Amino acid sequence: MAGEPDGTVAPNSLEELREGLGGAGYLASESAALVSYLAYRLGKPVLVEGPAGVGKTELAKALSRYAQRRLVRLQCYEGLDEAKALYEWNYRKQLLRIQAEAADTGWDDVQEDIFSKEFLMERPLLKAISAQEPVVLLIDEIDKADQEFEAMLLEVLSDFQISIPELGVVEASTRPLVLLTSNNTRELTEALKRRCLYLWLDYPDAERELEIVNLHVPELPEAMSRKLIEVVHMVRGLDLKKPPSIAESIDWARALIVLGATDIDKSVFDRTMSIIVKHRTDLDVVAERVGVRLGNGILGHAESG
Amino acid sequence: MASSDTPRADKDAAAPARKGLYGGLPKAEPGGLAAQLMRFCDELRKEGVQVGTSEILDAFIALAEVSWAEREDFRETLAATLAKSQEDRHVFEVLFDRVCFNAVEAQASEKGLKDERFEGGERIDIEDLKAQIQAAIRAGSDGEMADLARLAVAAFGAQGESSGVIGVDVQRIRRALELRGQAAQQGESTPEGLDRERLRRFERMLRRELERALIQRTESLPPARPLAEFDRTLPSGPLQDLAQVHRVVAQMKRRLATHGHEARGRKRSQVVDVRRTMRASLETGGVPLRLRHRPKRPRRPEIYVLCDVSTSVTSASVFFLSVLHALHDAFRKLRSFAFVERIDEVTEIFERERSFRTISGRIAREAGVSDVSGYTDYGRVWLEFLTRVGDDLDPRSTVIVLGDARTNGREPHAPMFGRVAERAGRTFWLNPEPRLYWNYGDSVMAAYEPYCDGVFECWTTKQLEQFVNVVAGRPAVTP
Repeated sequence: MAGEPDGTVAPNSLEELREGLGGAGYLASESAALVSYLAYRLGKPVLVEGPAGVGKTELAKALSRYAQRRLVRLQCYEGLDEAKALYEWNYRKQLLRIQAEAADTGWDDVQEDIFSKEFLMERPLLKAISAQEPVVLLIDEIDKADQEFEAMLLEVLSDFQISIPELGVVEASTRPLVLLTSNNTRELTEALKRRCLYLWLDYPDAERELEIVNLHVPELPEAMSRKLIEVVHMVRGLDLKKPPSIAESIDWARALIVLGATDIDKSVFDRTMSIIVKHRTDLDVVAERVGVRLGNGILGHAESG
Repeated sequence: MASSDTPRADKDAAAPARKGLYGGLPKAEPGGLAAQLMRFCDELRKEGVQVGTSEILDAFIALAEVSWAEREDFRETLAATLAKSQEDRHVFEVLFDRVCFNAVEAQASEKGLKDERFEGGERIDIEDLKAQIQAAIRAGSDGEMADLARLAVAAFGAQGESSGVIGVDVQRIRRALELRGQAAQQGESTPEGLDRERLRRFERMLRRELERALIQRTESLPPARPLAEFDRTLPSGPLQDLAQVHRVVAQMKRRLATHGHEARGRKRSQVVDVRRTMRASLETGGVPLRLRHRPKRPRRPEIYVLCDVSTSVTSASVFFLSVLHALHDAFRKLRSFAFVERIDEVTEIFERERSFRTISGRIAREAGVSDVSGYTDYGRVWLEFLTRVGDDLDPRSTVIVLGDARTNGREPHAPMFGRVAERAGRTFWLNPEPRLYWNYGDSVMAAYEPYCDGVFECWTTKQLEQFVNVVAGRPAVTP
């Protein structure tokens, strides 16, 4: 791990980054580690896509923990605009200033004055660009924002600068590490994709998820966590409205600890199922398919009942 | 990188370049990679993946950062810079094996570096191989498994027992290697049983090796356009992979769910909300600096879908039913009907069942759609539809018909359809046949067309999305 002059950490090799992420509580898959490493080396934004709950946002958080950089987060939603994402003039303060000086100051002076940095409210993007120390910028759920917003992002993502008509161009003094996440609800524009590296995150395989659960809930006995993962994977295999995410497997593991369960049998499963399945119709399907198998002792080494 | 004298994407010219390498021109090697990559990008473009110059530049810059010896890193790096969606990634995977690694193998064979797997094929001790593979699968080492899969394919391929069907060959090799998964009923992992997940991984590797061999033999990509071809063959392929239909529809489902949202917020409407504007102006001492607008409510259409499930549209109806399935999740007020000779409401089945298989099974068993002949009778369907739900139709409702308009020579009763269309606000017809075939034979599309607000040929997901844009997107007629 190489310490940078500004106190942040940058990886020298792929292995180093993978271990660093592990130390930050994130077990990265091969591709996630590689693409993050490339993002570091090339200074390019990463577009992370994948189903909900596979750890897209968590990756950004882990990167910020590992690199000891501040995380600047922009949550996207419909109708998000420049005023909320880039900057906004503080009208009230400007108004007060004008009123305070109204009597003896010329208009030119006031105008100079009220369009200065003092009256600028920094929103996440400008904050990330103008930060003195390098940051991790997370633009979450970019697919929820309007297409026009994407166009606005282009300047930020490719040149790391923001033009403010009254002030001029604000350029980044340090290069932020940018992650964009998307649930793929709509096709993003080619222009945006072209500026990013692409990473597809999917549900981890059983082994990796087991490691993740063990990392977060070390109290859970090995045999039980193994069985828990087996059940979760089976549930994901069904055609559900909302398959359980990694976070929900972890929650479930925690719940089992709290309940003091010693085995995942049918009754335990029936009581705690709602932690991983959150749709009425899904509950029926899961109870029917998985609950029965648990009852028969087919799964893992469950004794019936 | 040094430019090579090889014009890219030109197979005839690429061959001499490889020969040059064979002749021992080490200088050409970096250019060789550049040319190879350019050729790869060209192939990607031909498959419809949008690869821009900036992406190619990125790929080169990124490649300088990773170790080329690691095959997976090399591949992932290229994928991260070139393939920017799931579909693109799929195409990428297929092409990568062909262009990059087959090129390496071709070079190796030209250089005379015979791969020992071809020579050693007969000499490999099968018993030894078996033990090695079992050990590798137990250890779960991907690299080891891949190497052994290659060896296994060579060993069994050398015996000349290829059936020509990859799936069959995979199972044959697996049996010959005596690889057995853990029995489902047994709890504890038995010593001889192997982890099923890992076994499946090994099978996947076998499949890939076989595919590679096939690609090499035929010098062509077996399913050249994995997704594009799927799009094209919807109407004729009854052996369609259902999972694939579902994946595309699931994608569309998500798009549909968010569709129209962009027109929803407060921003686009132009009507000023006076009350909220005044309230906001209090912040600025009564000066209305910021205007507040009234939000625009989206149109909530009531949709009636009539789906033909007769034999003449067998392959398309699988597609249509899965579309219906998806529509049910996207629209709250949706009633669906299935028909052959008669019509029956199937809304309830769709609402209660989640699995697509159960749904199609229940429709076949329970819905009273066929009578005696089992041929479509459009005329009778309209009559029944009018008597059963005619009164529910109002100008806010949208009727969508999914069918080929082939009446089997029976009376089309077009005026009756006209009355349905008249009562409903909008009427659309989706025909699973190409427009070219309409009105040939017993197709009476022309009789119904004048009553519809729109007729669409619809047998690919792309066409379907276009149609969905019309229905859910900007409403053409606002009641």
